[in-house]
Amino acid sequence: MSAAPTSFAWFAQHEVSLAWRDFTTMLTGGRRSRAIGVIVAVFIAIALLHLLALGLVVSWADQGIGPDKQTFMMLSGFGLLFGAVMFSQALESVTRAYYARSDLELILSSPASAARLFAVRSAAVAAGTMALSCLLASPLINALALLDGAHWLAAYLVLAALGALVAALAVLVTSGLFALVGPKRTRFVAQILAAIVGAGFVVGIQVAAILHFGSYSRFTLFTAPEIIASAPPVASLVWLPARAAMGDAAALMLVIIAGLGALVATVAASGSSYARLAIAATTVAGPSAKHRKTTRFRQRTQMQSLRVKEWRLLARDPWLISQTLMQLLYLLPPAVLLWVNYGASAGTYVVVVPVLVMASGQLAGGLAWLAISGEDAHDLVVTAPISPRQVLRAKVESVLSVVGVILLPLLALIAFENPHMALVTAICAALATGSATAIQLWFRTVSRRALFRRRQTASRVATISEAFVSIMWAGTGALWAAGTVAAIAPAILALLIFGVARMMAPKRH
Amino acid sequence: MSSPALSISGLAKSFDKPVIDGFDIAIRQGEFYALLGPNGAGKTTILRMIAGLLAPDAGEISVLGVDALKDPVAAKRLVAWVSDEPMVYDRLTPLEYLEFVAGLWQVEASTARHRAEELLEWLDLTDVADSRCGGFSKGMLQKVALAGALVHEPRLIILDEPLTGLDAGSARKVKDLLREKTRNGITVVMTTHILEVAERMAERIGVLYGGRLVAEGTLGELRTRIGGGHTTLEEIFLDLVTARPTETAA
Repeated sequence: MSAAPTSFAWFAQHEVSLAWRDFTTMLTGGRRSRAIGVIVAVFIAIALLHLLALGLVVSWADQGIGPDKQTFMMLSGFGLLFGAVMFSQALESVTRAYYARSDLELILSSPASAARLFAVRSAAVAAGTMALSCLLASPLINALALLDGAHWLAAYLVLAALGALVAALAVLVTSGLFALVGPKRTRFVAQILAAIVGAGFVVGIQVAAILHFGSYSRFTLFTAPEIIASAPPVASLVWLPARAAMGDAAALMLVIIAGLGALVATVAASGSSYARLAIAATTVAGPSAKHRKTTRFRQRTQMQSLRVKEWRLLARDPWLISQTLMQLLYLLPPAVLLWVNYGASAGTYVVVVPVLVMASGQLAGGLAWLAISGEDAHDLVVTAPISPRQVLRAKVESVLSVVGVILLPLLALIAFENPHMALVTAICAALATGSATAIQLWFRTVSRRALFRRRQTASRVATISEAFVSIMWAGTGALWAAGTVAAIAPAILALLIFGVARMMAPKRH
Repeated sequence: MSSPALSISGLAKSFDKPVIDGFDIAIRQGEFYALLGPNGAGKTTILRMIAGLLAPDAGEISVLGVDALKDPVAAKRLVAWVSDEPMVYDRLTPLEYLEFVAGLWQVEASTARHRAEELLEWLDLTDVADSRCGGFSKGMLQKVALAGALVHEPRLIILDEPLTGLDAGSARKVKDLLREKTRNGITVVMTTHILEVAERMAERIGVLYGGRLVAEGTLGELRTRIGGGHTTLEEIFLDLVTARPTETAA
């Protein structure tokens, strides 16, 4: 049965069918045969995460989990961590609802209600945020439900309410940005804001834990006696979401009403301006502001011309700016740890080295995709009188040099105190960077930079192998820093994954 | 006798089915040649093979005596390619783009700068020369791409529907510019669906159908060959392609 055209249900049906196609394409990369493999892999990963969660929760459940300040503190801390990440995701999704051109112009030029479409798209953002959070939190929630009682399943509803709340907040922030910085800059500022909020809260807690307790674990802060002592009393309304997560029916009802109410009210208030703002966003055109200085033509070799072009494009890429900012934020805790323990940091490097190695690999993977596959003027470069090998070499060099520039100051800082550790970090970071770049090179496609978000769907093998190789090199770095020969194990695994990726890469003639 | 600007023999290309099948052509230096054909006739496929964007399954392509398949880099030095989708970077300014293109073709910096300024002025882009291309209209992007194709002074210019998105004034300027190039001995090979443009500008016209050249010559030669009292290129073209069964598609 289909809904009446342009009704809320009709738009919802349209959105669900588009989302489902996106989801299946993401799973299968356009090939149905891959779906089974992906589903099996996801199932195994979820099962492993459940085992891990059971191991984490079992001792806590054995001690007896009561509605006390420590439990509330822990749950609220978790909620805030999830909330920050959910808000980051919701802000990106809401911005996309304004800027996506695909069918927006068609719908806005039709007699259908734009406010209704906006309500459906906001609900979709909330639903997407809720689904991801519930999936991520499911191992912990299920483990608690299994070991301490089914009342913990209420936590799913709390996460759903939180998803609605952050979606409402994201709509408000996006509308505010349109008013403050205008449609031309809203998307860029929102991207930066999403990166800062997403990583900022996690990083902030970690930095606070390092400074006050010398521990890298963010849980230290939630369980510290002095923090718990200074927290509000058990009866405080601050703990309402925590009570709701533990199955308190009245608290749960209030949390759900607050979350959904905020979303409905925000959507009702912002719906009328959606068409105007979306049109402003999609018709952001006309030449941008002039550069202060005009381009001076310099004599460069072909390779230099390619490298300079890549650097210019990378330096002007909003995704890269937000990602680099996020990577730098994630590097803040190890840097603080290094600074706090400077001079007496024997164990510090076990933490610092893998974080730097991981960050290098991730950054290199993204940069390599942008430079190698995200070539907007593919035809121009291919028709230029330069061999494809030289083009690729110039692009790879530009990527490696950017990672080097970001990593070198930190390596220098480490080298002052411990040259051996600087060498370990440099070797493992170089291996992670080289591996990620090589994988992107093997799995290169012809695409556009604007499609960066969808790069994972182009090749799941490339995405997974790039992530796992970086993790393995980070593991190698950590164990090498700890001085154990066990470092050989993750190194061998990294090489194995690297080799498998090479074998699975498309053949080129 | 100087070698032809473009010489192709026995060119063939298949995707799922044959798209180009035994295509031969010889275009002399300084000639303006229009390649016409209905959608799916294989025009773009042929141009992409000449530009080095696509490898043929069989055949030979020679650009001013250089074997484009054996020595693609040498052939590419002589050729410029302009497609209907402008190949421009959103985050570069037109001047930065032209500096990059000049770098790829190794044009001396001061010469490149001079040519770039001249081209941008000719194409009414001087005011936006230092603004990023991100906010440009399709017509402006197409003009930037065209400037990029001309900044290295190619000997053979291959254009696939170059007037798409251009307003009447800009289209006129582009046509004038291409005419001037042919007067200076540069060869232009162009596809277009605007038959009036081909009729007015091209010295010779080739009609492609089902991956094969079904007619070729000056407008007068085509009139004589087809007969039937046809006077316009549109009538000749429709006569050539509508009576034929669908053979292949690109």
